[in-house]
Formats: sequence, structure tokens, C-alpha cells
Amino acid sequence: MSIRHSLLALLQDQPRYGYQLRVEFEDRTGATWPLNIGQVYTTLDRLERDGLVSNDGGDGEGHVVYSITEAGRAEVQGWFATPVERSNPPRNELAIKLALAVTLPGVDVAAIIQAQRTASMRALQDYTKSRRDTAANQRAADTAWLLVLDSLIFQTEAEIRWLDLCEARMVQLAQASGTRSHPRKPSNGVTAEEAAPLTAENRR
Amino acid sequence: MSVQGPQQVLELAKVSRTFGQGTTAVAALRDVDLTVNAGEFVAVMGPSGSGKSSLLALAGGLDRPTSGSVFVESTPLAGLGLNALARLRRRAVGYVFQDFNLVPTLSAAENVALPLELDGVPARKAHRQAVDALRQVGIPEQAQRFMDEMSGGQQQRVAIARAIVGSRRLILADEPTGALDSTTGHGVMEVLRSRADAGAAVMLVTHEARHAAWADRVVFIRDGRIVDEATAMHNPAVLLAPAG
Repeated sequence: MSIRHSLLALLQDQPRYGYQLRVEFEDRTGATWPLNIGQVYTTLDRLERDGLVSNDGGDGEGHVVYSITEAGRAEVQGWFATPVERSNPPRNELAIKLALAVTLPGVDVAAIIQAQRTASMRALQDYTKSRRDTAANQRAADTAWLLVLDSLIFQTEAEIRWLDLCEARMVQLAQASGTRSHPRKPSNGVTAEEAAPLTAENRR
Repeated sequence: MSVQGPQQVLELAKVSRTFGQGTTAVAALRDVDLTVNAGEFVAVMGPSGSGKSSLLALAGGLDRPTSGSVFVESTPLAGLGLNALARLRRRAVGYVFQDFNLVPTLSAAENVALPLELDGVPARKAHRQAVDALRQVGIPEQAQRFMDEMSGGQQQRVAIARAIVGSRRLILADEPTGALDSTTGHGVMEVLRSRADAGAAVMLVTHEARHAAWADRVVFIRDGRIVDEATAMHNPAVLLAPAG
């Protein structure tokens, strides 16, 4: 997440001081990514150093107010216009854990998958309830929060579907190698064709 | 004799169901214990062939277990004759089938009103309740239409309206969103959720995680056994805190 660009975008709206920026940011993203106030001040210092914001001095109540510069506006415009860069590929602890688990003897991969599926489902239940509650008494400010929740719901659902696929592939692997060590059937929603690329002859 | 709290609408106790005999016997369910309370929405997830549809059929009295007992509102289904079982299904249980099971020669409202009329509810009152159920699923204006004039999604909504009409205390749904686009599927979940919030016990069989997530409890079934269960924490703040 780019704190730098997020703060700049909020300053484009109007001049603000550090604490206001933090409150605005968390309000608009539903406190999904809590900001440390220290991070806010450090980032503002760097933005000022880089000429993207200017320090307007105090507001008389002890707050240092910042406003965006022309260079800062150009930076925000560039940020919005540029697709988010994907770290290549994004580090995914779950994928790494399963990749290691399938290559090590004596690890019960099916149990790992089920434990994760239960945990992910619990998260999905809670996101879904949050979404339902927020949508039921929707205020104007909740539009941004609903979008963030939708994003979390899609990501979690994708994770569960991927776990189903992993499980189906494990079953196929076990069947292809003639063992019955994984008697579980492939999950719904995952066809043999989708699961096929990991069978023995396709792995070369 | 079963020890039940007043809240239990559905109880399956040590239920097994085996199809076939001898060496070709297939165990669809093995020693399953499951209860669904009033006001509770339970989703059952599992691969095809895991036994989840068998579970639903036993809960709705459409099939009988090989061993174990099924109770609906404390009534053991095994003790009921065919007529009594049919009456219980009409009055207490709403069932949404994968393939709708609607009567093609009846209008949408007539399909929905059918179980009420079979139960002796006067036609006018049954019709009023049917239209109210169709309103809950979002298609009150389709009340006079026949099935061949409706899309698959609309027919599925009629099937759901038929399951929730009147004051059904147990609603069982087998992949009720199969024929629907995602927006309509969302609408179906809203209807099931609101029935549970109004006090009904709801059990949904699905392989869609995003639909199961509407439930209070998600039960995972594999090879005829319940292997795990997810209960919502109802504390999303924990999920939104930064990791580590």
C-alpha cells in the first residue's frame, strides 16, 4: 500500500494536518489498514522534502497544516492513471506453505488444506456479515468501505476455490501413482480437466 | 429418547445411510450428528458424492436412514406413517430442490399456494400468502405466469417462494442458486438469511463458498462424515487488524 500517494490524494482535496489525514484515510477505507500516526508524520516530512507538499505552518491550535504543491498534484494524477504494480508474483504464505508441504514426506496436506479452508470460511462469514450490516444502514461514507469489503470477500472466496483445486489435484496425484493414501474425492467446482496439469505425465 | 432443548428444530442423531448391500454397499452417510436451531442458518459444504444431498433428503423426510434418528421439532420421523409424514412436510418443512419440482400447468401463485391448499387453507388466504412469498423473492408481478413463460432464474424464485410460504419452521435448500446469475443468487441468500433471522431453521447445501458464508455455521462433509465446522466469529475487527 502506498501511504505516500494516499496522503497526497487526501491533501489534493484540501489542506490538512497529520491527525486529520489519519482519520480521513481510515474513515474512507473502513479502518482496514490502520495507519500509525508516526508513519503519517514521517511520510509528510519526506513529501515536504521532495517538494510534493508544503508546510503552511500552524493553525493556531498546535497543528501543522500541509497543502499539496503542483508537483504533488502531478504525482497523484500519475498514481491514479497507473495500474497497481504486481509484486512479481506477490508473496503468498499459504501457497508457499502448501508448495513445501506437498514436497515433504510425512506432512498431512489434506489436513492443512481443511484447516485453512475452515479458517478462510470463518473470515468469509465475517466479511459477509459486515457487508450485510453495512449495506443495511448505509451512509454515504460507507460506499468506499463496501468496495473494500467486496474486495476482501472476492479474495477470500478465491482462496477457498484454490484450496478446493489443490485438494482435487492431490487426489488425482494419489490416484495416478496408484496409492490410496488420499481417499478424499475432488471438491465440487473443480473439474478433472482443471486439476489435470499436476498429474504425473503432465508434470514434466 | 432424545434430549432436546426447546430451540432445536432439526436433529440428526447418529444417522447413517447405506445404499445397496453386501460387497457393493455404498455408505453415503456415516454416524452423522447435526442439529439446527430455530433462527440458525447452517450451510453444508462438500464435494459431489460426499453425502450432502443425502443429508438434506433425510432431514426433509424424503428418505429414511439405515440407522440413527431424525427429529423435526422433537418429532421422530421414524415414528410417523406416510400421511403424518406428508402433513409434517407440508406444514413445517420447506424444501427447495435443485431442479425446482414445479407444476407446469399451474401459475406461479398457484404453485406457491399448493401446499397451503392441500393443508386446508382457504383458497383466497392461500393466494394472499403466496403473493406475499413471491414478493419476498422479488417477483410479485409474475404471480399469474405459467412456468413455460418464466426463465430458469424466475422459476427458481418460485420454488423458493413455495418453500418459505406460510410459517415454515424448517427450510431446506439443495444448491438453490445453481440456475441463477450471481446477483440473483445474492438475492436468494438474502431471503434465506431473513427467514433465519425471523426464527426459522435453515439448512443450505452448496459448493459456493460465497453463499455458504451467509450462514451462521458452515459444516464440511467428506465421504459421508462431518470433518469440520466453521462458526462466524462476528468480530471482523480481528480480521482487519494488520498481520503479525
